[in-house]
This record gives sequence, C-alpha cells and structure tokens, in this order.
Amino acid sequence: MSSVPRVEPPPRATPGRRLSSFFHRHPFGRAASLLAAPIGWLVVVYLGSLVLLLMAAFWETEPFTNDVVRNWNLDNFRRLLEQDVYRDVALRTITMAGLVTIADAVLAFPIAYYMARVARPRTREILVVAILTPLWASYLVKAFAWNAMLGNDGFIGWLLEPFGIGPPGDSVGLWLTFTYFWLPFMILPVFTGLERIPNSLLEASGDLGARSLRTFWKVTLPLAFPAVVAGSIFTFSLTLGDFILPTLIANEQFIGTVIYNERSAGLPLAAAFAMVPIIVMTVYLVVARRLGAFRAL
Amino acid sequence: MSKARWRKARWVGLAVYCCVALLAATSCGSDDDDDGSAGGGTTTTAADTQIAGLGPTLEEIKQKAREEGEVNLVIWAGYADKSWAKPFTQQTGCKVVTKDGASSDDMVDLMGTGAYDGVSASGDATLRLIAREDVAPVNFDLTPNYADVFPGLKDKSYNTVDGVGYGVPHGRGPNLLVFRKDKLPAGTDSWAPVWDGSQAGKLSIYDNPIYIADAAVYLMATQPDLGIENPYKLDQKQFDAAVDLLKEQKPQIAKYWDGTTYADQVTTFKSGETTVGTTWPYQTNLMAAEKPPVPVTSLKPKEGTTGWSDTWMIAKNAAHPNCMYLWLNYIISPEANAKVAEYFGEAPSNSKACALTKDANHCDTYHATDEAWWEDVYYWDTPTTDCGDDRGEVCKAYEDWKAAWTEIKG
Amino acid sequence: MVESPITRVLLRVGTGLTLAFIYVPLFVIAIYAFNENISLTWPVESYTTKWFRVAWEDESVRDALLLSLKAAFGATAIALVLGLLASLAVARYSFFGRETISFLVILPIALPGIITGLALQATILNVLSPLGISFSIWTIIIGHATFCIVVVYNNAVARLRRVAGSLEEASADLGAGSWQTFRYVTFPQMRSALLAGGLLAFALSFDEVIVTVFTSGAQQTLPIWMLTNFGRPRELPIVNVVALFVIVASIVPVWIAQRVTREPTAVGGAAGAAAGARK
Repeated sequence: MSSVPRVEPPPRATPGRRLSSFFHRHPFGRAASLLAAPIGWLVVVYLGSLVLLLMAAFWETEPFTNDVVRNWNLDNFRRLLEQDVYRDVALRTITMAGLVTIADAVLAFPIAYYMARVARPRTREILVVAILTPLWASYLVKAFAWNAMLGNDGFIGWLLEPFGIGPPGDSVGLWLTFTYFWLPFMILPVFTGLERIPNSLLEASGDLGARSLRTFWKVTLPLAFPAVVAGSIFTFSLTLGDFILPTLIANEQFIGTVIYNERSAGLPLAAAFAMVPIIVMTVYLVVARRLGAFRAL
Repeated sequence: MSKARWRKARWVGLAVYCCVALLAATSCGSDDDDDGSAGGGTTTTAADTQIAGLGPTLEEIKQKAREEGEVNLVIWAGYADKSWAKPFTQQTGCKVVTKDGASSDDMVDLMGTGAYDGVSASGDATLRLIAREDVAPVNFDLTPNYADVFPGLKDKSYNTVDGVGYGVPHGRGPNLLVFRKDKLPAGTDSWAPVWDGSQAGKLSIYDNPIYIADAAVYLMATQPDLGIENPYKLDQKQFDAAVDLLKEQKPQIAKYWDGTTYADQVTTFKSGETTVGTTWPYQTNLMAAEKPPVPVTSLKPKEGTTGWSDTWMIAKNAAHPNCMYLWLNYIISPEANAKVAEYFGEAPSNSKACALTKDANHCDTYHATDEAWWEDVYYWDTPTTDCGDDRGEVCKAYEDWKAAWTEIKG
Repeated sequence: MVESPITRVLLRVGTGLTLAFIYVPLFVIAIYAFNENISLTWPVESYTTKWFRVAWEDESVRDALLLSLKAAFGATAIALVLGLLASLAVARYSFFGRETISFLVILPIALPGIITGLALQATILNVLSPLGISFSIWTIIIGHATFCIVVVYNNAVARLRRVAGSLEEASADLGAGSWQTFRYVTFPQMRSALLAGGLLAFALSFDEVIVTVFTSGAQQTLPIWMLTNFGRPRELPIVNVVALFVIVASIVPVWIAQRVTREPTAVGGAAGAAAGARK
C-alpha cells in the first residue's frame, strides 16, 4: 500500500478546454464572442433596415409610377414643416400618448399594489394569469370589439342608457380604447417594481410615525417610479405608432396612419415623417434610462 | 485601457462597415427612374404578351397549368370566393391562393413585390401598374371568353394603352348613395344631403383620395361654370373647389369606411349613427341580409356618380403564367362571371352571364345591358398631369390627390 | 402587513374594477361569436352556433394557425439563443458600451411597429430580393425574432443579476471548462427565466400583425387571416370564434408557465419589458 496520495492527472488539453482557457484569460474576448451573434443581428438586420428606410426620407417619388427616385433632397422635410396638418397630427398623437400613459399608470397602480403586497401567493398567481390572458386575445378582434362597444347601439351606450348619457365621443372613446389595450403592459412592470420593495422599508416608515398615505407618497411611490417609467415606455410608444385604432374608432389621423397611408405611393414622405416617432422615442428612452427604468424592466 | 478602446473601435468599425456595405449594395442596385408617361407603349407584338413559361396555345397552357398547380392573386375581398374558385381548381388543377388588397395603393404595392401572378385592379391602379411594367399585355386569343364581353367594357382608357389591352374586365359597379329610409325623405335622389349639411354628423364616407372625384362630380352639377368634364382631370381651380367642398364636409362625417370595415358600415347604418353616405352594392346586399334588414335605400343620384370596373391583369414575371391565363379566361366565362356578379353585387362583364344568374332579373337590376345608364358613371381612373384635352399638362396628379386627402382629414 | 384595513378594502375594489375593465370586452367578443348578424350592435338580436361549424370547416383558418405556430416557434428559438448570449455577456462582464447594448436590444420594441415593418420590408425588397430571397416564413420569423430578443434578454439579465457569479467562478476553479460551467451551473439556474421569456416571446409573435403585414408577402399568419376576414364580412363572425378559441386555448400554457417559473417576477418582468412588440 502506497502512502503517496493518488493525484488526478490534469485534464486533457482538448481544443474545447484550450478555448475555455483562452477566454478565461481574455474576458473581453468572451463577451465579444457572446455578443457577436445578437449584436450582429440587431445591427445588420434592424439598424441596417432602419438606415435603409431613413435614407428614403431624402429621396422622392416619381409621381406616376410611384417608384422611389434617388434624388437626394430635403423636399420631404420642407413639406412636413410647411403643411400644418403634419404638425397637428404629430401634436395630437403625442398628446394622446401622454394622456393614455397617465390613465394607464393610475389604473394599473391599485391592482399592481394589491398583487404585489396584499394578495396571498395563490391569488397572486391567479391574478398574473388573469392579466396575461388578454394578451392572447387578438389585437384586431379587440379593436373591432371596442369599435362596436363605442358605437351608437354598442355595449357602452347600452350600459349608460339608464343614466341618460350617450356613448363617449370620438376622442374620449379612443383614449379609453388605448388605455384598455396597453394596460397589461403597465401593470406588469409596476407589479414587479412594487414586489421588489422590501417590507422593512415600509415598516420603518411606519415606525417613524408616517401613516399609510404618507408612507405611500414618500416611500412607495418614489421607489416604484422607475417601474412606472418602464411601463410608460410601452404605453407611450404603442400609442405613438398605432394606425389601426385612430382611424377605426375616432376618424382621426395619427402619426401611424399618415405613415401607413403614404407607405406605398409616398415612401419617402412616410420615411421622413417616421423620423418624428424615432426622435421622440429615442429622447424618451434616454430620459427613461436616466430615471432608472431600464433596471426596472 | 487602450486595449478595451481598441476592441471597442473594432466593433464600431464593423458596424460602420456593415452600414456602408448596405448603402453600397442598395445604391448599386438599378435606379428606378421610369419616365412614366401615361401614353407610352408600343404596339403589341407576340413577344410583348409572351411571359416566360407561358404556353403558346391553349392546349399547352392547360397542360402546363396542371404542372404549375397554383395561382397567386391580389384581389378585392370576395373576388375569388370558394363558390367559383373551387370549380376552377377542379377544372384546371390550379389552386387559388389570394391576398386581399385593402385599397388600390395597397394593390400597386403588393404587385411591386413580384410575389403574385395577377391582380384585380381598379382604374386608379391599372395605369400605374402598366407604367411600372409590373403587368404584361394580354393576348386575347388565349382568352376566348373575351369575345363575349360587353363592348362598353372593352378598350377603356384605364386598361388600354395605345391600343394594347392589359387585362380582362371583372364586372362594373357604381358608387351608390345610400340613406336610411326613415331618416331622409323618400324621394331623395341627389347627392345634396351628403354635401349640404342637412345630415351633419351622420355621414358615412369612403376613406380614399379617389373620393375627391365624387366631390368633382357634385360640382359638375352645382358649379357648372368650373367647367369640369372629367372628374379625374382637374386643373388647379377645379381641384381647389373640390378640396374646399370636402373640407366643409369633413366635420359632418360620422364614420369613414374602407375595404376592412364593410361590416362597420352595416352596423352604423343599423344603429342610425350614420344616416346617409356612399356605398357599394356589396354592403347594400349585406344590409339586406341582416335579421332584421337595415331599412335603407340605395340608388345612383341624378348628378351621376363615380364607379369602378376592375381589370384582371397578369404580372409580367408571373411564376404561374399558365394558371393565370386560365383564370383570366375563367373569370369572364359566363358561369363564373354570373356568380361573381351576384356575389359582389355588380353588373357582369360577359354578356352571356345574364342568362345564368340565379336571380333572373340580376342584369336588369344592375343595368348590365343598359349602356346609357353608365354614361354618367365615371369609372375610377388614375389622375395624371396630362389633362387629355387642350389644357395640356396642368392637371393634378395622384400625388397631389393624396396630399390633399391627408390635409382634408386633418 | 403595512397597509391599513381601509386601504386593503379599497385596493380590492380597485383590483376588481380593473379586472372588470379588462375582461368585459373579452366577454363581449365571446358573445359576438354567437351573433348571427355581421353587424355588431348590442344587445345581440339573434344567437346561433353556426359560426363554430363554419370556422371548423374553413381550411384557411387551420393553415393560418399552423403558420402562426411555426413562425412563433422559429422566432422564439432564435430570440432565446440571441437573448441568452446577449444576457450572458451583459450580466457577467463589464465593458465599454454595456449600457448601449440594453438600449439597442430594446429599440425594436420601443420603436413603433410600423417603422420596424417598413424598414424590414425595405430591406427585403431592396437587398434580399435581388439576391433571390423573397417573402417566406423566414422573413416573418426574422421580423418577429428581432423584437422578441428583448423579452428573453430582460428576463435572463434579471435572473443572472440575482444569481451570484461566484458559483460560476467556483465551477471554473474546480476545473470545469466554459461549456461545462454553462451546462451544469449557469443554465439550470436560468431555465425558468428562459422559459418565461420564451413563452412571452411566443405570445408576442403569435398575435403580431403590424410588422407581419410588411414581412409576410403572400403568407397568412392567424392575425393576417383575421385582417383579411374583416374585409369579407359575410363570414366575419368566425373571426370572433377563432379569437375566443385562442383566448381559451392560451389559458393552460400561461398557467403552466406560471407554475413552472414559480416566480411571478420573472413572468412579470418579461411581460412588462416585452409587450410593446404588439404594435
């Protein structure tokens, strides 16, 4: 019997292990190789396509055949600035996006809070499923259902009849519809954000003498704010680009509808107008990141 | 950390390279500046109508079609319903695959992708398709049923260029005035309620720039000194008048409708949200089929109206040209054309179809043989700068119509 | 519990009202599936079940459903791989431009769908078509995968941040190569997060219509099929039937996902981050 302990031979230097060792010594190399595929995809497929589209903004259409002619000029932008209608449409869209975001935030908070802090785990699970299920209901079918509900003989009119009020007007109806559609996208991040607040903080606030409203205002709300901003990215951007609901529900032109209408015979103009939501959302994302929304997603 | 900077620079460089490569790739692609003059075109030679893969005789076409097995069509909703598409497949072995176009613009767009064999294009799309060379002329020797088409539908300006025909007509129909029997006087026979504000807040209007022509039609009667003769050839003064009229109308509109919201128009007339507007026989049939039926009357007003006659065209680079030619011939055959006309609610294009409609009076109801009735129906056409008369090239093109429509909608 | 009883009652009421708000339109859709008329007035005048039979016999529904499922699987698979790779890089290493990665990944979902759709169509028409690649299920999958990446990515990053990297270092210390560490240490911890992200990516792709309109060519996914049928009002109510079917059919997978992940935050985070792609 030998008293020399058995030594494991070192692992064989297979190519795989050599690669692992290399990456271990060059962490950036590992990160880069991991990122190559996803970033490559996003840059080439997505950004590349965006650049292609935006290049068209500087071109023009041959009036009869609607072909895109590669004459670099700024005519499209001039037209967007000169004709009032485009400015009106842009302002209308952005205003609605803001109002919808506020409505969704207000509507989402109670249910998110309940799910996060009050409900029992079993109830919470059920509620999460309940919130997610409508996402599977087709967008189009919901759109036409809301259109029907807001009509003269629609569901909402029927509900309000005993109170003597008629169905809501076009813009109000549209605002309600948008609020409805994007609500789950606000509830879930807020729910996640509220869940993360440790109970101890709220208890401490109570111990320091704050009643529940003050605790809510001074502690809960600021801590949940990044989550609200995260949710608002979606409510805002979805409203900004929608082109089906404004025409269907309210006969109004939004940025999305103008782009959609111009997409075939007037692609350069559509591309130029598309800069508006791109710029708005980029600014929004930058601000949102500052406010911590990306960590709350 | 210069090493990190260097690596970062490499990634940035790669991204820039990709963008530049893309730019180069697309810039080196063929430039599409077609000088699309509406009148351009040469006389048909056998070569013009010859599409790659097309058989030279009917027999060979039928054989090759069986091998092709499929035809891809861009259509207005309902133009290839099972009730006549299925017999076609059984007869020819070509499966009918369709894509609905929501509007003429949509159809021009779709045909531009090159993924389809044919299209049922309205007059506001046909000339554009021809100018873009997305469609080929039709050899009518290979579509024998064309001989029976009503003369009033042959050689129309929107599908025949320099004597060269580019398609076969599907049928024809008018844009009708529709109104609630109980909300408007029984004898209403004019477009006036749609324009004069008497039904403000209750209008149902077609959402498309081509509707400007309807304003022009009304102006032909109410402002004759504008001198409008063709509602698609409007010079600046006439165009401005039409646009002003439309801007006055806009606040009175309750709901727009288009190719995806036929059912919505039925609903709004049923509930009384809209009491008067424009429609197609398609919707009036739907309204009549409701339980209970929607109480409306529809008619062609005394000022005349716009209308449409769609042309089936074949793509220049059709992947299944033989099946497409068989479809072209089939859709204007008396049996199919009769079914088509009754389904959609329009006048058939084949004179022999009248004997085959289920409703013996169909052709009478839809004025299929009454050419005089169609005199004041102005088929959808593509507005171009060429006024076609001694005014010269001062008319507004479709581009301007689109811009104006966006402005009108506000 | 920190909240006062009154607060809790108010919260329950608020929750109830919000749930009612969310579900009433779905209930309306369900009722309309039995509506004989194509007009959508309320209350429904005559009921029928014939649309269920019509929908059942319609081949195009089945084809569309199949295509939607295939596209969703494809898009989810790609999104899983790419999202996983990106999340591993971002959560475990710090390097220049890390912040930008999050920005880039979220962009396809934060920008309106019509812009993404137009851009992709421009690429397909101008770059891919000349090369002979035209519209097919692959163009649909590429479009969907692009905005689904963020769903998986966010979920995965959140999970990786919660799970200490020290376990992986320990694994390496014990002699495991990169792949072994990933397979035996990292991946098992991320499994449920990936599942949650994958399920949401699947849902997003399945119901997506805007980008799909631009990238599908002649193909019909289920939402495109619905759009087509709105223009064929004679059989319009079958769209409601199909929608009802999808809603009901989805409850089970969502429920299973919930139980498997057992971490509502995983699902919540993913959904919250992800949903935008609808439009």
